[in-house]
Amino acid sequence: MTSWQNNRAARDARIAAGAGLAHGKVVEASDATRLLEAVIRPGDRVCLEGDNQKQADLLSRALLAVDLSKVNDLHMVQSGVVLPEHLDLFDRGVAKRLDYAYSGPQSARIARMLFGGKIELGAVHTYLELFARYFIDLTPHVALIAAVSADRDGNLYTGPNTEDTPTVVEATAFKDGVVIAQVNEIVETVPRVDIPADRVHFVVKSDKPFFVEPLFTRDPAAITEGQILTAMLAIKGIYAPYGVQRINHGIGFSTAAIELLLPTFGERLGLKGRIATHFALNPHPALIPAIESGWVRQIHSFGSEVGMDDYIRARSDVYFTGPDGSLRSNRAFCQTAGLYACDMFIGSTLQIDLQGNSSTVTASRIAGFGGAPNMGSDARGRRHPSEPWLKAGAEADPDSPAPLRRGRKLVVQIGETFGDKNVPLFVEKLDAIELAEKLNLELAPVMIYGDDVTHIVTEEGVANLLLCRTAQEREQAIRGVAGYTDVGRGRDRSMVAQLRERGVIRRPEDIGINPLDADRNMLAARSIKDLVRWSGGLYAPPSKFRNW
Amino acid sequence: MTAPLSHIAPAERARSTSFNEASARTRLDLLLDAGSLVEFIGPEQREVSPHLEIFGLPEQFDDGIVVGHGRLGGAPVFVAAQEGRFMGGAFGEVHGAKLTGLLRAAREIGSIPVLILLDTGGVRLQEANAGELAIAEIMRAVMEARSAGVKVIGLIGGRSGCYGGGGLIAGCCSALAVSEAGRIAVSGPEVIETNRGVEEFDSRDRALVWRTMGGKHRRLLGAADVFADDTVQDFREAALELIGLIGPFGLDRLKAEQGRLADRLRRFGACQDAVDVWTVEGVAHAETVPELPADQFIALADRIGRSSRDAR
Amino acid sequence: MEDLSFHHPVRERAGGIRQSAIVGVVASGNLEVLVERVLPDAECAVEIKTAAMGFGEVWSAVIGDFVERYSPGGLKFSINDGGARPDTVSLRLAQAVRLIAGSDR
Repeated sequence: MTSWQNNRAARDARIAAGAGLAHGKVVEASDATRLLEAVIRPGDRVCLEGDNQKQADLLSRALLAVDLSKVNDLHMVQSGVVLPEHLDLFDRGVAKRLDYAYSGPQSARIARMLFGGKIELGAVHTYLELFARYFIDLTPHVALIAAVSADRDGNLYTGPNTEDTPTVVEATAFKDGVVIAQVNEIVETVPRVDIPADRVHFVVKSDKPFFVEPLFTRDPAAITEGQILTAMLAIKGIYAPYGVQRINHGIGFSTAAIELLLPTFGERLGLKGRIATHFALNPHPALIPAIESGWVRQIHSFGSEVGMDDYIRARSDVYFTGPDGSLRSNRAFCQTAGLYACDMFIGSTLQIDLQGNSSTVTASRIAGFGGAPNMGSDARGRRHPSEPWLKAGAEADPDSPAPLRRGRKLVVQIGETFGDKNVPLFVEKLDAIELAEKLNLELAPVMIYGDDVTHIVTEEGVANLLLCRTAQEREQAIRGVAGYTDVGRGRDRSMVAQLRERGVIRRPEDIGINPLDADRNMLAARSIKDLVRWSGGLYAPPSKFRNW
Repeated sequence: MTAPLSHIAPAERARSTSFNEASARTRLDLLLDAGSLVEFIGPEQREVSPHLEIFGLPEQFDDGIVVGHGRLGGAPVFVAAQEGRFMGGAFGEVHGAKLTGLLRAAREIGSIPVLILLDTGGVRLQEANAGELAIAEIMRAVMEARSAGVKVIGLIGGRSGCYGGGGLIAGCCSALAVSEAGRIAVSGPEVIETNRGVEEFDSRDRALVWRTMGGKHRRLLGAADVFADDTVQDFREAALELIGLIGPFGLDRLKAEQGRLADRLRRFGACQDAVDVWTVEGVAHAETVPELPADQFIALADRIGRSSRDAR
Repeated sequence: MEDLSFHHPVRERAGGIRQSAIVGVVASGNLEVLVERVLPDAECAVEIKTAAMGFGEVWSAVIGDFVERYSPGGLKFSINDGGARPDTVSLRLAQAVRLIAGSDR
């Protein structure tokens, strides 16, 4: 007789195998490896929660220690490959195949292991893309997640770093998978329920809090005059004319400079209330002065940021908070918001080619995509109008009848023509293509495709690619803001002059900005300490950012 | 867009300019009466280090230190300012000789105070012997100038702090003003960690570094007599205040200083952390000291902090 | 270290009466520019000592654009370079011209 509930039966068997180690749902940290040996089967798809911020670090160490005769050849499906243990799993043979989205600090090692054949790579995804596949063809058998606290029933409080947890649990728990959570403490009653108990099968009490990296804090002391100039050009040359209110910012110093110029430069331009009012953005501290000056009305966040808890709690008009008062973040929803509800993405990259394709991959590093490709792409499914979206659409396609014309999201690449160690931002050929050739990948890891990019801002000016009508114009518009890089020096000077006549390229003087005015005194905060002052003492920066 | 800098009054510029961020020349420009700075051996004389080229390292035309004279509140002063961004403000042969020469000139004249804006990691590795000798010469020149009646004041709030030989020179000065960002010590955090282990001192724990070596701790201990907020104007006012406070110098002073330091060791020698020191000193909620805004800290320091005014 | 030297004929004399000025600092990614009014009005010279070898062409382009744009006649620029990026070099040169023109004080 055909059975239609094999998976449920298998899940129940796994839970029964682990139950012997648990009191109710609670398992001692010292039994974590035995629990995983009991619950996980060879070849399972396992999601080991590792976001770009919080990490299920105890469970990753426990998994690394399993008996290989019981657990092996796992298929890891996780958004972040961040801890060394995440890759040690492959070295040891616990895991074999990998599908992921982001690998920041492990980007060099992951490249070596891919070259060495230690990892069988499925694909490198965007966050939203990997989350989507959790529900179609990469559904986890077991999810190992992290939360701040649990009650005896297994209700979980994730704290401000909710991040991926609801998505991972949804896909696992409702498709016959097993969910195991590591928690910092077991409490009588959780402050709020982020994950209901009936989706959680085991709870492991960790001996120390899960690791969270302050990944998005940019010290204003490190912002350069060049970054201030590009930020001024972006504000006056893009934010103002398009009237962009709904924005996702990248995490580089250029966008931090923009945030710190809103209450000074932006205020003097009379832009308050007209631009930068709503954000899909992590609650990073550089935005504090703009919030305190009344610029920002609402922010939804992917995750949280270390040191910002008290500030967020006290500014619930701006942030999303739970009944307990603390931030509720959600990466899947915020990525969706960035894709569909923002009119602009602005961020930095490492390389831009002559077509405007950009990538953060270099020959020896595969950092993954994270969220930028979703945020930095035109949402073809978007149907609601807005002023900047319609204006950009009209610039790109002036001839179509307005009712049938698609709008365009503004996708802005901002950066200085030379980056760290004088490495040029503009290149003839992306390293990503070379890497794809070496690894036999069917797709080169391109972060943002050229046809999605609408503007490039450098210290030399703003290139508006929406106004380019041919591939040649586009190439010269890019060369025309590429400064003294080889790409920039290879420009056709007369064509660049024509593009400037047409406003495709705008120099600082065309926008009414004197580069000599780009001064650090224009920043609303010049140090982390200034940010603390702006926050009224509510922002508590981690020690690595202090100089007091 | 922004008002051109020329339209802003000097005092206003001094108030809005971070001492920590400013270059050595800008610090002096705004610290002194407007337009009064005159450099000795300025960059156009190209008196560069004779050693750096051997190492394939770029030189700086003033070898990382500006020396000269100017006016402060109408009265003449000698000044020296280290550029903390050039080789970490480190002392080399020429760099050191410029400061020694300035101090000897001050000794000869006898009545004009010297302001030294220290911003240094210590001796330049590439000219180690010359640099070490320079430190010794400068310390001697400071003491000789003071013996001749010159007030020598150290102003410390730069990025490189005041470490190594710079810390020794600071210890020889008549008085010091320091900001929160300023750090004063002989061995730097990395040196301590390397020699004594991370358990003894974790150099990456910046809060620990600052509460052990930073301006607030130095002010509360009496190593510095004035605490300045991080603006050039505040350091200007601190310098004016210290010039008014400093008394005569002689053997009695040195004995008093010895007594002060011995007493300090007796009182705080067993403390494990700066917070313990502050607690012993009677600071309520000592752990909040690093968070205190400048005005509140100055009020606290004036009430509780020690002073070396009768010693040094 | 590499030494580079550029001489350009210039349209007009640089403004101001100051004899010399200095901007910047020699640090990683930064440079100092000493500018002196010591040449005939129709000439300009730039002497560079740089820690970054092999960037002669880029320097030539940067200096060419600078002279074209600011017409710094009569000025000699002496540069100690700690490996600054071209945009930083352009900025410091412009700052030096502004400072010796005296609009700053």
